[in-house]
Amino acid sequence: MPIQVIEGYRQVEPARRTEGDAVVFDANGVYYQQLNDAIRAAVEAGAKRIVVENANGQRYIGAGLQAKDLTIEVRGTAGNDLAAFMDGPKVEVFGNAQDGVGNTMASGTVVVHGDAGDVLGYGMRGGRVFVRGDVGYRVGIHMKAYEGLVPIVVCGGKARDFFGEYMAGGMLVLLGMNTQFPDDPVAGGFLGTGMHGGVIYVRGAVEPWQCGKEVGVSEAEEADMAALTPVLDEYCASLGLDLAEVLSEPFTRIAPVSHRPYGKLYAYL
Amino acid sequence: MSVTRPRYAEEAPFKIHGGCGLAGICDESGATMSGEDIILAMAVQRDRGNGLGGGFAGYGIYPEFPDHFAFHMMYHDEQAREEAEVLLNEHCVVDLAEPMPTRPVKGISDAPLLWRYFLKPLPGELERLELSEEDLVVRLVMTINAAVDGAFVASSGKNMGVCKGVGFPEEIGHFYRLEEYEGHTWTGHNRFPTNTPGWWGGAHPFALLDWTIVHNGEISSYGINSRYLEQFGYKCTLGTDTEVAAYLFDLMLRRHGLPLELACKALAAPLWSEIDRMPEGERELMRSLRAVYGPAMLNGPFAIILGFNGGMVALNDRIKLRPLVAARSGSKVIVASEEAAIRAVAPEPDVVWMPKAGEPTVARVAGMPWPIHGDLHLTPAEISCAVVGVEDVCDEAVEVTA
Repeated sequence: MPIQVIEGYRQVEPARRTEGDAVVFDANGVYYQQLNDAIRAAVEAGAKRIVVENANGQRYIGAGLQAKDLTIEVRGTAGNDLAAFMDGPKVEVFGNAQDGVGNTMASGTVVVHGDAGDVLGYGMRGGRVFVRGDVGYRVGIHMKAYEGLVPIVVCGGKARDFFGEYMAGGMLVLLGMNTQFPDDPVAGGFLGTGMHGGVIYVRGAVEPWQCGKEVGVSEAEEADMAALTPVLDEYCASLGLDLAEVLSEPFTRIAPVSHRPYGKLYAYL
Repeated sequence: MSVTRPRYAEEAPFKIHGGCGLAGICDESGATMSGEDIILAMAVQRDRGNGLGGGFAGYGIYPEFPDHFAFHMMYHDEQAREEAEVLLNEHCVVDLAEPMPTRPVKGISDAPLLWRYFLKPLPGELERLELSEEDLVVRLVMTINAAVDGAFVASSGKNMGVCKGVGFPEEIGHFYRLEEYEGHTWTGHNRFPTNTPGWWGGAHPFALLDWTIVHNGEISSYGINSRYLEQFGYKCTLGTDTEVAAYLFDLMLRRHGLPLELACKALAAPLWSEIDRMPEGERELMRSLRAVYGPAMLNGPFAIILGFNGGMVALNDRIKLRPLVAARSGSKVIVASEEAAIRAVAPEPDVVWMPKAGEPTVARVAGMPWPIHGDLHLTPAEISCAVVGVEDVCDEAVEVTA
């Protein structure tokens, strides 16, 4: 047999089987387009639970899906832009997620049992993203909120630079607990730089040099903990973690000092 | 002087997702693998390019010629080949010259003439020119690229080679029959040209001697970097920004003998605000480094992999504007733009992590001479010693400069 060009993915439909109430797709070597077409077709046919096995880097899983009572379980490594523009479903990843999780997501829940990459929650406007482990750079960049739509991101490990950069709304939480980098600070530099809405809670303390000029840092008070505790309760329940241990350290509140930090830079008063 | 370039391919007629992709695999035990693993790692990242450039570097692939410089050449036409061969024969003994082994592949068209040469400097040539053999090779490469119309050197190191062209990486790898080679270290690249044309010589890796660079990003300091390199005799002729990174590493690591960490800090310089927070010795060192090597700083986003005989180094720009993931699986260190590329060749790595911006991820092949001055992790005092030779800190770090 002649040697063929090595393929990363094949443009074929994924193998499909049913397991109880779940439709199971084998994503092994299947191109993202055929995989996501198959997922959408199953949703249209009424599937409420979809399992994607052997995922490895397929992009856009769950992207744009609007069903409220749909669960997608991803086993393997979820590719870029997982749950982008998603509006309603729950996506659970048993493995790591690459860059761009929850990009511009509107509602629903993403649970990542491993680590996640850069720009998680970019422009997110609703729903929840829960990550058990570490996250990369620019997490929560430009998250925003409007009336009842309040996005929430909880990261269980450590984050790199630009956490919550240009954040305009919602809640961003960083625990620093399940991490590969025990010697590093909980977050990198430029924390909340350009932030003008929403709130960041960090378990433990942050140093002044880590924070952007646009935020104030204080200890989380009773009202903060009243808002944070139910979120952490849901987070711990989703990931099988111990709430009491998460709450055993005090939290730091990081919030903008102005809702319009660059107003004077670009407009006459 | 006019240089005729091969005709540029047109934009691909399908949806373009953007980004570039890269990967590197190094077996630190020195065990070899065929080119198939690196092709697979790149094939998984196919959507990161658009078919206008793919390429690979392999190390340890010419064990039958371990002491010869292997020149991989691209020629626009027979005349270019004849003119380049005159130059090669003028300074070197060419022990083998042959067309690169290739096979026809759908999607690969307009290939230039591809030849390889195994050569050594003519007896007495180094003494006559008062050059080291490396400097002679650098001079030859620069002369051919700049002055021989339609001839380009793809690589020029010992026991290594670069195979690159216009096409998707898996097609290029198939075209060059990479499954027939065995190497301990491989890097690969999938190109999405942004500012410069997609042509055979402009595909990655860029190479000089055995240094090779694959790069995802844009080097907006290209003008400053190339003018700086010209002062040291390098000529940037290949029309792609990444070329400067290969020459900067040759300048800093081989000619100036900078320790690896320091060369990486020169390219991905710490922010001044970070430097201000450093302990005094390190602070002074970083200030000096930025002053001395300011024109070597790469401005703009990058993830790069530097390959060489003895290992590889992956590095991000200082604020992580391009993706990079690293893993260790047994004796292999694997880096890539996406975790999926790593898992395609090592499904269950021992550890997977995202390297910190500006901090090199290093793989070092056991038993091979380390071509870089200093050890992997120098203290600031040792680095000071290596750079400025200050006596009072040199006692404990003698081997750094040896």
